[in-house]
Amino acid sequence: MLRRVGQEVNEEGVKTRFREASFPMPFQEGLEYSSPARGNWNIVHTGMLIPQSHQIFVCAQGCLRGVVLTAAEMNALDRYSAVEIREENVLDGTMEELMIEGVADVLKKLKYRPRAVLLFISCQHFFLAYDQELVFQTLRERFPDIRFADCYMIPTLRKSGLTPDQKMRIQLYSMLEPMTPDPKKVNLIGSNHAINKTSEIISLLSSHGYEIQSLNSCQTFDDYLAMAEGSLNLLYEPLALAAGKDLEKRLGQKFLYLPFVFDFQQIEKNYRMLAKTLGIPAPDDALLQEKARQELAKTREVLGDTAIAVDYTFTFRILSFTRMLLENGFHVTELYADAFLPEEQEDFLWIQERFPELMVSSTNRPKMRFLKRERQGKTLAIGQKAAYFTGTDYFVNLVESGGLYGYDGIVQIAEMMREAYEKPKDRKTLIQRKGYGCESCI
Amino acid sequence: MKQVAGLISTYSSDEFGICSALYELGGMVVMHDASGCNSTYTTHDEPRWYDIDSMIYISAISEMEAIMGDDEKLIRDITETAQELNPAFVAVTGAPIPYMIGTDLPAIAAVVEQETGIPSFGFAANGMHDYLSGISMALEAVVNRFCIRAIPKTERLSVNIIGATPLDFSLNGSIDSMIQWLQEQDMEPGACLSMGTTLEEIKKAGQAHVNLAVSYGGLAAAKTLNRIFGTPYVIGVPVGKTFAAHLADQLRQTAADQKNRIGYQETGLSSRISGSQTLAVIGESIYSASLAAAIGQETGIPVHVLCPLETEKALLRECDLETPEEDDLIQHLPQYTGLIADPLYRPLWEDRENFYPLPHEAFSGRIYDAVNPNLINRRLRNCV
Repeated sequence: MLRRVGQEVNEEGVKTRFREASFPMPFQEGLEYSSPARGNWNIVHTGMLIPQSHQIFVCAQGCLRGVVLTAAEMNALDRYSAVEIREENVLDGTMEELMIEGVADVLKKLKYRPRAVLLFISCQHFFLAYDQELVFQTLRERFPDIRFADCYMIPTLRKSGLTPDQKMRIQLYSMLEPMTPDPKKVNLIGSNHAINKTSEIISLLSSHGYEIQSLNSCQTFDDYLAMAEGSLNLLYEPLALAAGKDLEKRLGQKFLYLPFVFDFQQIEKNYRMLAKTLGIPAPDDALLQEKARQELAKTREVLGDTAIAVDYTFTFRILSFTRMLLENGFHVTELYADAFLPEEQEDFLWIQERFPELMVSSTNRPKMRFLKRERQGKTLAIGQKAAYFTGTDYFVNLVESGGLYGYDGIVQIAEMMREAYEKPKDRKTLIQRKGYGCESCI
Repeated sequence: MKQVAGLISTYSSDEFGICSALYELGGMVVMHDASGCNSTYTTHDEPRWYDIDSMIYISAISEMEAIMGDDEKLIRDITETAQELNPAFVAVTGAPIPYMIGTDLPAIAAVVEQETGIPSFGFAANGMHDYLSGISMALEAVVNRFCIRAIPKTERLSVNIIGATPLDFSLNGSIDSMIQWLQEQDMEPGACLSMGTTLEEIKKAGQAHVNLAVSYGGLAAAKTLNRIFGTPYVIGVPVGKTFAAHLADQLRQTAADQKNRIGYQETGLSSRISGSQTLAVIGESIYSASLAAAIGQETGIPVHVLCPLETEKALLRECDLETPEEDDLIQHLPQYTGLIADPLYRPLWEDRENFYPLPHEAFSGRIYDAVNPNLINRRLRNCV
């Protein structure tokens, strides 16, 4: 069997020191490689958060392949169907008919009546100039008991306008309709993972009588619809901002963007803003900060000078996280990322000035397939891609922050780092599972 | 309704078939598609991805590049990477968007070859055909381009295996078993297109006496080898003990009389089959028909093939059916007393008894890898 092909590769163009790295794109774009780390969620995982909904994808066979097996691997094939686009549909302009009749046929075959259908279209639709309004209007008329959400699997659009992830987060809430706001209900929106109950933001809200609604806690479609009663939408991921704005425009729900960063000042600022908005007292930051500091110090002591590699799949604000580790004396040696968010610029400049020799590595440049994936000595990886590229079994298996938030998030990650340092994991099995936190038959 | 998969999975598609067929040959395969298809293939259709390095990449075409038809960028990206990695060849595969905008992939490959000096192929896949058509075009191109023309036959009776990919044979030891079976039958295994074989070995494929086409994806290459070298071929997979022995006889007979054969068409079974039960097997035509024949030989139970994939009428027996749509299967399944199929077909069988799960990587991906049985040259009686 083949092991290595072509020439031995060098690191040029796929690894760079911070002092030479450009922001926000440290590497040239080109052909892309896809490493086997699969924990990030895709649009199927996210769509499944809506209870009693059914997903129907209208795409070419090749595009259907990834989504149907995502559904199957999370044991949710019974909530997924497909209508396959074939050459004749491209050539004879029958897309509208295919979609309407295809969806009708799916609904006839299902053993249950979904409350909602997430109908996904693909890149091809954009080139066919099909009549989307006609399709959805007809479906809504024909199936008045079912709500239809237009959803998009359009990876060609990832570099222009809203990305598919941003768009998905908007469409997730598109079936909500205006309701009388309940001042004691707030929504957490736009994240795949529920914030851990141990986080102070949860206790802060519940101790003042607020009911927290989120997709993760919805048991029924009615629970989902009730999110329209929320008087305030809280969001902490940058990808959710567009959804917050859309809900404000459509339902009049105010939103607060409280970014999850690893910076005490910003967390404190977040809580003050939240407290002011709701008219409640802010939490005792000093106490919470002290606990977080202690946990970080404890972890630093356990890890000593162990090399640490982090990657962008662990959290959206990877530079904030890296900066926190560096500020607290951790020995961070590598950071895996192909691009940074604009709001990370300040942290980027901070690292560039104080730790100019820190290495940034690409995750998707073609050479990454062949670079050595072992390290001398023990490496602790934070994130699945960092674990894969450094070949370590000592890693924190978490993606998209995994429900961490606030000071408690820092306490939790510090604990997880200690645990990961001490107990090796089955890297090959764990990182290849799709959709971290979802049910998986792999 | 045609084109609707309300309850079941979707088979792997042509661009992934190309990647799978070329995976181990030291070439660089570039899917000209938006980011995402790469991870689909490497997650679900490529069980070798974690352990065996291969140059499978994606062009990550964006909306503007598609609208503007920016072939220059694609050529530049491929050329730069090929010059860095020095692959044995370059293959560029199409996908839905290149199909929509009419990208001329063979022309792009020609430019890449001119600029790099590396043999290059452009495959007009479009993501709207199944994986077998991708395997077919990839293997045919490799054979056409690389096989050494003036090459003597081996002294001993030798056999190439054509059309083997993990999409049909998983990584469950089936290919090793086929090689062992040939050796036990006193035949010399030649190249295996294309698992466990190097491009150098494939170049010598013309020295074999007979080719064994083990999937529809391998048939075009077998026919091409027949045209170039006059090598006859036998179609079939040596599943089951009795059928494997029968297929070995067919290989020897074909080597002697130089006539192409479909191994499962000449089993002389029909007169021996009787009884109240009839099973159906859903899957790739050659594997399924071989399995049907093998079960018939070993148990006397008739098994009909329901083939949802691309094939040729001649590859199916009289009792078999082409069933490209989910509705075709829904229509025909009630007449059978048992079903052998990938577990993701189970929803069509509902709560009926006698469902015999037989995972097929091209349908359910990696989900059942741990329990996917190797049926090559083994007694099947216990399976049914």
